[in-house]
Amino acid sequence: MSLSPNERGRYEVNSPIIELKNITKEFSGVKALKGVSLTVYPGSVHALVGENGAGKSTLMKILTGAYSKTSGEILYNGKSIENMDPKNSKKIGIHCIYQELNVANYLTVAENVFLGSQPVNSMGLINWKQMNEKAKEVFASLQINLDPKHVAKNISIAQKQMIEIARAITQEAKILIMDEPTSSLSERETEILLSLVTELKNKGVSILYISHRMDEIFRVCDTVTVLRDGTHIKTLPMSEVQNVDQLVELMVNRKMDDYFNKIEVPIGETVLKVQNLSKTGVLKDINFELRSGEILGIAGLVGAGRTEIAQALFGLLKKDTGEILIDNQLTKINNPSDAIKLGIGFVTENRKETGLVLKQTVRDNISLPNLKKFTKSLLVNKKAEKKVSEDYKQKLNIKARTIEQTVSTLSGGNQQKAIIARWMIQEPRILILDEPCRGVDVGAKAEIFAQISHLAKQGVGIIMISSELSEIVGMSDRAIVMREGVIAGELSKDMITSDNILKLAFGGGISA
Amino acid sequence: MLNNTSTNLNINQNKQTTNWKQKLYVIFDKGSTTIGLALLFIIMSIITTDFLTVDNLLNVMRQSAVLCIMAVAMTFIIITGGIDLSAGSQLAVSGVVVSGLIVAGVPIPLAILITVLIGGMIGLFMGTVISTQNIPPFIVTLAMTTILSGIAFVYTEGTPVVITDAVFRQIGRGYLGPIPTAIIIMIIVAVIGHILLSHTRFGRYVYTIGDNEEAARLCGINVKWVKTGVYAFGGAITAIAGIVLASRLSSGSPNAGTGSELDAIAAVVLGGTNLFGGEGKITGTLMGVAIISILNNGLNLLNVSSYNQLMIKGVVILLAVWLNSIKARKKASV
Ligand SMILES: Nc1ncnc2c1ncn2[C@@H]1O[C@H](COP(=O)(O)OP(=O)(O)OP(=O)(O)O)[C@@H](O)[C@H]1O
Ligand SMILES: [Mg+2]
Repeated sequence: MSLSPNERGRYEVNSPIIELKNITKEFSGVKALKGVSLTVYPGSVHALVGENGAGKSTLMKILTGAYSKTSGEILYNGKSIENMDPKNSKKIGIHCIYQELNVANYLTVAENVFLGSQPVNSMGLINWKQMNEKAKEVFASLQINLDPKHVAKNISIAQKQMIEIARAITQEAKILIMDEPTSSLSERETEILLSLVTELKNKGVSILYISHRMDEIFRVCDTVTVLRDGTHIKTLPMSEVQNVDQLVELMVNRKMDDYFNKIEVPIGETVLKVQNLSKTGVLKDINFELRSGEILGIAGLVGAGRTEIAQALFGLLKKDTGEILIDNQLTKINNPSDAIKLGIGFVTENRKETGLVLKQTVRDNISLPNLKKFTKSLLVNKKAEKKVSEDYKQKLNIKARTIEQTVSTLSGGNQQKAIIARWMIQEPRILILDEPCRGVDVGAKAEIFAQISHLAKQGVGIIMISSELSEIVGMSDRAIVMREGVIAGELSKDMITSDNILKLAFGGGISA
Repeated sequence: MLNNTSTNLNINQNKQTTNWKQKLYVIFDKGSTTIGLALLFIIMSIITTDFLTVDNLLNVMRQSAVLCIMAVAMTFIIITGGIDLSAGSQLAVSGVVVSGLIVAGVPIPLAILITVLIGGMIGLFMGTVISTQNIPPFIVTLAMTTILSGIAFVYTEGTPVVITDAVFRQIGRGYLGPIPTAIIIMIIVAVIGHILLSHTRFGRYVYTIGDNEEAARLCGINVKWVKTGVYAFGGAITAIAGIVLASRLSSGSPNAGTGSELDAIAAVVLGGTNLFGGEGKITGTLMGVAIISILNNGLNLLNVSSYNQLMIKGVVILLAVWLNSIKARKKASV
C-alpha cells in the first residue's frame, strides 16, 4: 500500500530539514554565539527573536556559509554537513535575504532580481527579453509597480527590499531566511510580504523569520526561538505564547512597561516653515510648520513623498518652487552642508548606503559630522572625541566591545544607534529622523524614543518619518499623512490614531 | 555511544584548527608588511656580502627618498579611492622646471617655491577635473601623463638641463651633519603626511570619502573640495620629490622618473593601503617603500640584469595586490 499524499506530507513535516547543533562563533576571542541549537521543519515559519546583537544574523550567516562556525554541527536531512560554504548552502536550497540589502546600484532592476542566475539563450548569451518578462511577472505577483529596465540606483529602499524578495522567489529556495525583511516596508508592502510568507509555507518551504516587529511574528510564525547574548533561551510553539509582553520579557529579561517614553513638553515658537514646496512628479504644494519642542510625525505609504520632503529640507533634492523658512528667515539650502550650518540634522533611512562609514570605528562614525567641535589649532583632539563617543555609547546602550571596534562588525540595530548618536552630538535645532528605529529591538527602541523625547524637551524640533503606525501614534504631537506626493491631511494630537492615518494614506476621509 | 564520542572529538579538532587559523590570520593581518620586510632584510643580509653595511644602508635610504616622498602623496590619493598615474611625469616636469629656473639665474629658494606651486597647480587641475566632472582618476591621470611628458620634452627640446650650482646639488647629495639632506626632507614630508592624515579633520575626511562618499556628503563634508585638495597636495609633494631627484642627478631630464609611479603605487599597496580606498597609513607606506628599495638595492648587488629586475618587481607587485585582496575578502567573512 502506498502512502497517501496527506500521510506523506505529514511524514515530512515530522522530520527536520535543518538542524543546527551547539553552534559557537567567536570573533577574535569574543563569543557571539554560545552553543546555540535550532531545528527547522519543512513548511514551518520559524521566528528568531532577540535584542540587537543577540546573534540572530550571525547564526543565519553560519547557516548560509557566509561565516564559518567556530564549533558545532549542521545537519541537513539528518546528514552532517562538514563545511558549509555559500556554494554548498545554495546547492541545498538555502537562500537568505540579508538584513543589509545587497542591490547593485548600477545594474537594472531585472538584473538585480536574477543576479547570478540570469536566463541565457542557446548561445549562452543573456536573454534580456526573457529576464525582463520574468521579472515583470514576479513583480505582478507581488503587486508592486517597478519597471524591470530601471537602473537600481534611483529606486527607494523599500523597492530595493522588494527586489531582494523577488530574487528569493525566483531562486525557489527550500529554506528561506528573511533577516528583518519588513524593516523598511510600510503597511501595504508588509501585508503583501506576510501573505507571501504564508503562501510559501503552504508550498512546503521552511522560513526562518527575523523581525523586531512583534505583531508580524504573531501573525505568520508557528514556532519562535528566543536568543539573548548569544545563548539559546527558549524555543516554543507560537500557540503557547500568550502575548507580546511575554515574548519581550524573554528577550530582554525584564518587564517592559512603557515602549514610548513620551514626555509632554511645552511647545514653543515656530522654527521651521515650509511653503508651497513642489517638485514635478514627487511633491506637490507642501505646506507645514514645525515648532520647537514638537515632534511632528510624517506617515504615509512608501513612495508617498515622505523621504523626499526630508531630502528637500536637507539640500538633497532640488525643489522646483517653494520656500523654506527657519526662524521666519528665508533660507537657501543647496546641499547638506548648508542644512547642517542652519542646524538641521538628518538620520537617513538607509544606513548602509548613506550613513555608515563601514571600514571605520564606532568612534569615527559617531564623530564624523562633529569633528569641528573637537578640533583645536588644526588638530583633532582625540581625547575629547573619545569621551563624547564613549558617553553616547553608554547613553544609547550601543553594544560594542569598545568604541574602537569597526562599525561593520556591529549588529544592525547597534549600527543604527551609532548613526543616531552622530546627530544627537551635533545638537541640531531641527532633527529629521527617517525610520529612526529601523532594525532596532523593542528595548532599544524605548531608549531611542526616550532620547528623542529628551531632545524635544531641550527645544529641538523633530520631524519623524515612520512606517510603523504605533510609532507615529505613540510619539507625535502632530502628524502629517502623505499620499502620492501631497499632504492628504494633518492630524492634531487627539486625532492621531492608526485608523485615521490609514484612511488618509489610502485616500479616504476621516470622521472626527 | 561510540558514535557520540567520535563526533565530539571531531568538534574539538575543528575548534582547534579554526583557532589556530584565526591566530595566524591576525598575525598576518596586522603584520604582513613587517614580516615581509624583515624576511627580505634577512635574506639580503645572508645572500649578499655588501648589503648589511652602514654605508650601503644609508645609501638605500638616500636612494629611497624620492620614492618615499612620492609614495606619501600617493597614499592620500589611493585612500580617497583614486590613483595618480601621472606621478612619474610630474617628477620629470618639476625636475626640468627647477633646473630651467636655476640655470636662468632664479635664486634657489624662489625656484623651489615656484616649482612646488606649479606641481600643486597640476594637481589642482587634475583634482578639479576628477571631482567636478566625474571622470575616473585613472583616465584623467593617464591622459595627464602624456601631456606632462610632452611638456617636459618640448621645454627641454629633449636634452637634459644640466645644473652646475653647487648649493642646489646639496639637496640630493649633501649632508646635514652625518645625515644625508634627502633623508631629512623625506622624514619631514612623511611626518607632515602622517599628522595631516591621522590628526586633522582633512585626513579623516580623506578616509571617509574613500569609504562612503555619499555618507561623507550627508555629513556636510565638501567632497569635491577635499578630493581636489588631495590631488593638489599630492602634486606639490611630488614636485618636492622631483626637486630632490633633479638635485641628485644634477640635471632636469624629461626622462627622469618615468615608470616611478608604479613603484610608488606598489609601495603604498605593499604598505597595506586598500587599493579601493578608505584604509591605509603613512607608516605602512614607509615600510612598503623600504621593501621596494631593499629589493632594488639587493638585486643590484646580486648583479641581476635590469630586465630581470623588472620581471621580479612585477611579480612582487602582483603578489602584494593579491595579498591585499585576500585580506579584504577575509575581513568580509571572518
Ligand atoms: N564580523 C564581526 N566581527 C566582530 N564581531 C561581530 C561580527 N559580526 C557580528 N559581531 C558581533 O556579534 C554579535 C551578534 O551580532 P548579530 O549581527 O548576529 O546580532 P543580531 O541579533 O542580528 O542583532 P540586530 O537585531 O541588531 O540585527 C554582536 O555583538 C556583534 O557586534
Ligand atoms: Mg541582525
